[in-house]
Amino acid sequence: MGSHGIKDKVAIIGVGCVPFTEHWEKSLDDLIIDGAQATYGSAGIGQDDVDAFWFGTSQSAASGLAMGGPLKIHGKPISRVENYCATGSEAMRQAAYAVASGAYDVVMALGAEKVKDGGYQGLNAFPIPTDGTQRTLTAAAMFAMILPAYAEKYDLDVDEIRYAVAKIAEKNHYNGARNPLAQFRRETSAEQICQMAAVAGRLSVFDCAGVADGAAGVIMCRAEDAHRYCDNPLYIKALSFVAGTGAGSLDPDYDYTTLSECKWSADDAYAQAGVTDPRNEIAVAEVHDCFTPTELVLMEDLGFSDPGEAWRDVLNGDFDLDGRLPVNTDGGLKSFGHPVGASGLRMLYEIWLQLRGHAPSDRTMADNGRSLGLTHNLGGYPGEMVSFVGIYGTELG
Amino acid sequence: MLETIAPRPGALVRGIIATGTHLPHRRLDRAAVAAFFGKGGGTGTRTVASYDEDTTTMGAEAARAAVASTPDVDVAALWFATASPAYLEKTNASAIHATLRLDASVPAFDFGGAHRSGIGAMRTALLAGPTTLVVASDARDGLATSADESHGGDGAAALLIGDDTAGPVIAEFIGGASVTDEFLERWRIPGGERSRTWEERFGEVAYAPLMRQAWTAALADAGLAAEDIDGLVVVGTHRRAVIRNLRSLGVDPDRIGDDLSSTVGNTGAAHPLLVLANAVEAAAPDQTIAVMALADGVDVLIFRTTEAIASYTPARSVASQLTSGAPVEYATFLSWRGMVAVEPPNRPLPNRPSAAAAHRRDDWKFGFVGSRDRGSGMVHLPPARVSEKGGAVDDMDDMPMADVRGTVASFTVDRLVYSPSPPVVFAVVDFDGGGRVPLEVTDVDADEVEVGMRVEPTFRRLYTADEIHNYFWKVRPLRGADR
Repeated sequence: MGSHGIKDKVAIIGVGCVPFTEHWEKSLDDLIIDGAQATYGSAGIGQDDVDAFWFGTSQSAASGLAMGGPLKIHGKPISRVENYCATGSEAMRQAAYAVASGAYDVVMALGAEKVKDGGYQGLNAFPIPTDGTQRTLTAAAMFAMILPAYAEKYDLDVDEIRYAVAKIAEKNHYNGARNPLAQFRRETSAEQICQMAAVAGRLSVFDCAGVADGAAGVIMCRAEDAHRYCDNPLYIKALSFVAGTGAGSLDPDYDYTTLSECKWSADDAYAQAGVTDPRNEIAVAEVHDCFTPTELVLMEDLGFSDPGEAWRDVLNGDFDLDGRLPVNTDGGLKSFGHPVGASGLRMLYEIWLQLRGHAPSDRTMADNGRSLGLTHNLGGYPGEMVSFVGIYGTELG
Repeated sequence: MLETIAPRPGALVRGIIATGTHLPHRRLDRAAVAAFFGKGGGTGTRTVASYDEDTTTMGAEAARAAVASTPDVDVAALWFATASPAYLEKTNASAIHATLRLDASVPAFDFGGAHRSGIGAMRTALLAGPTTLVVASDARDGLATSADESHGGDGAAALLIGDDTAGPVIAEFIGGASVTDEFLERWRIPGGERSRTWEERFGEVAYAPLMRQAWTAALADAGLAAEDIDGLVVVGTHRRAVIRNLRSLGVDPDRIGDDLSSTVGNTGAAHPLLVLANAVEAAAPDQTIAVMALADGVDVLIFRTTEAIASYTPARSVASQLTSGAPVEYATFLSWRGMVAVEPPNRPLPNRPSAAAAHRRDDWKFGFVGSRDRGSGMVHLPPARVSEKGGAVDDMDDMPMADVRGTVASFTVDRLVYSPSPPVVFAVVDFDGGGRVPLEVTDVDADEVEVGMRVEPTFRRLYTADEIHNYFWKVRPLRGADR
């Protein structure tokens, strides 16, 4: 397989993130400007220092002009990038390769999404003319199918698994309550969540990520130039991306207990980074908790739990802030909502804080002696997904 | 002087080769109307089309059932009669033609607009022509508490008409008569809110001599006396005219067949075909069966069942559908019928389907035809050009799935998605012999669905957007004897 990675070739020298919420008073242009300012500020550079831009947005705009216009970027390349809910990470990935290729010295990837101007509940599909036969069920309904499938496969009580995924939401809200950038900052208990009305399968509204506007960005340069900008950069160890064929909705062998594309992208990322024992090498992870059952099976697909054991590890507190491998220490999609273009970069922002010891004290994870962070960003549905896994470290080598 | 239509001596045996019917799953208990409004309704039930059915989809289901009963008989023409067409100007029969995957050389025509169109199409097919699948379908409505609301019914029937060179005729046409009169007993203008009728006594009196005249002429045409009739079913939207004049026809009350008025209601253009199918499906060989329909005159058709009927099994009998229905709440009925506007979920309305995209894929959209990769054998739903297993390009065969049964591998109840009648149950269906696709489950209560449930494809209207009906397939549970 010809996926070699660009380990240690690219440094992250700044990451910025704006508060994620229903920004009734802010337009997409405002989010882009605020996100860019936060990112330039983090890197300590100005807009003119950036040689090339990648703009990640799924439904809010088309063309690089949508970023160049409000920011008044003169004479520079700007690519608009989209890959479903992995858009933010995809923008970073493309920008990183541009630096690694030597084509540019300093690059920026910015993700922004203005979801709340549409007036509808939820994230709704971009209207493309079709023959009318496409299925219409919501993402919540598709991911809800994981619960009974997981219980069935491992011969577990579905109520207990439902409780376990509610504990995931409880964990993420605990963390989000300690994050001034998060949309939801109230703790919620698993018991409360289990009592809420179901909206899709067994899932309640609180098992689903919310909808928010937001923006986040990253600035990167060649690893050997990082010291010009930053005393403690992060180095990219792996960038992996897998797009599926939609086989899960086609192939009777798919059983809804695993997200294959996520597993393949994780395996490729670990190979690029030289990670052979993720549980004992990854210090902290930000994963795509669009729905609570998603995070459950991701623990297994990312190699943090054995197959069929993630529910037990969740109940054991393994992924809590003070657990053996903290996951979604910033509160996750659960607390932030999901401005599609920005989410992957918001994840990177938390890794940027945690690995460098800059997270607020009430959200700082315990030092477990490991120095690698992981972001996982997916788009699509069980059985038909794109998945991104990035691995970052504070040290070269 | 009424022209004779009985077959001439030496003519081929012509008549009914197959029967197919569709009764919607839901039933309204007529007592619910009076319970809510304090008046109206009655006893018994009426059939209620699901929010995802219309006259075209019901007609397609009846047509498919008829063809499935005698799959080796070639359909050479398809006629579709309804008084409530889904489209004007555009032929509705062509959608049914597409679900049956008939050859392009088989004509598909609408006989539209009147309740008489059903029996009219049947009579015309019986007199001459190619092997014709006559499909009739209707959905009946009225203002709340009206007689039409309670005594109308929704349903479709399809009769495959031909001579015995095409296939075994199970009920031979032996004669009939038709009397036409112009009088304004019942009418509706296009786009009208409801049917209108003149005072009841007017129609009752007007139909009486027409019934006697048509009956006398039909018996003479067939060379029979009233005592020779083994079964007669009289139908019409004017219930009193039917009931009051029945006895004057001289047929023993024991031989008056079920008009389905207490279980189904009157299904308009479909009703003469529906009650005839029901009578034929229960008949033994060598029985004389007649149907009389009151609509802008009176039509009578008389049949004699043949030996072949002893070995005829309908794919979906009327009797089996009568026993496998489920109730619908009156409130749900009113909202499905648009009598009460209910708040939809705050989601964008669906987009209209693209006519160009739909035409490219009409075998999938209307015929539910997937593809099977020759090398790996993997079934692709929807059809694909590149195989998921092995990656071969353009090495696929057509895989018709409309008559294939499946099993629910997983499912979910979606309370967020837009639907004319939430919540929506989606199931991942694994089909017998291969193939998987996520589909909506219809004709079911959310709490009935379970993994392992057996289902079959059913043709439905998903929604209407920008005055375009979006047709496609869902699955429904196999019930009763079908399982």
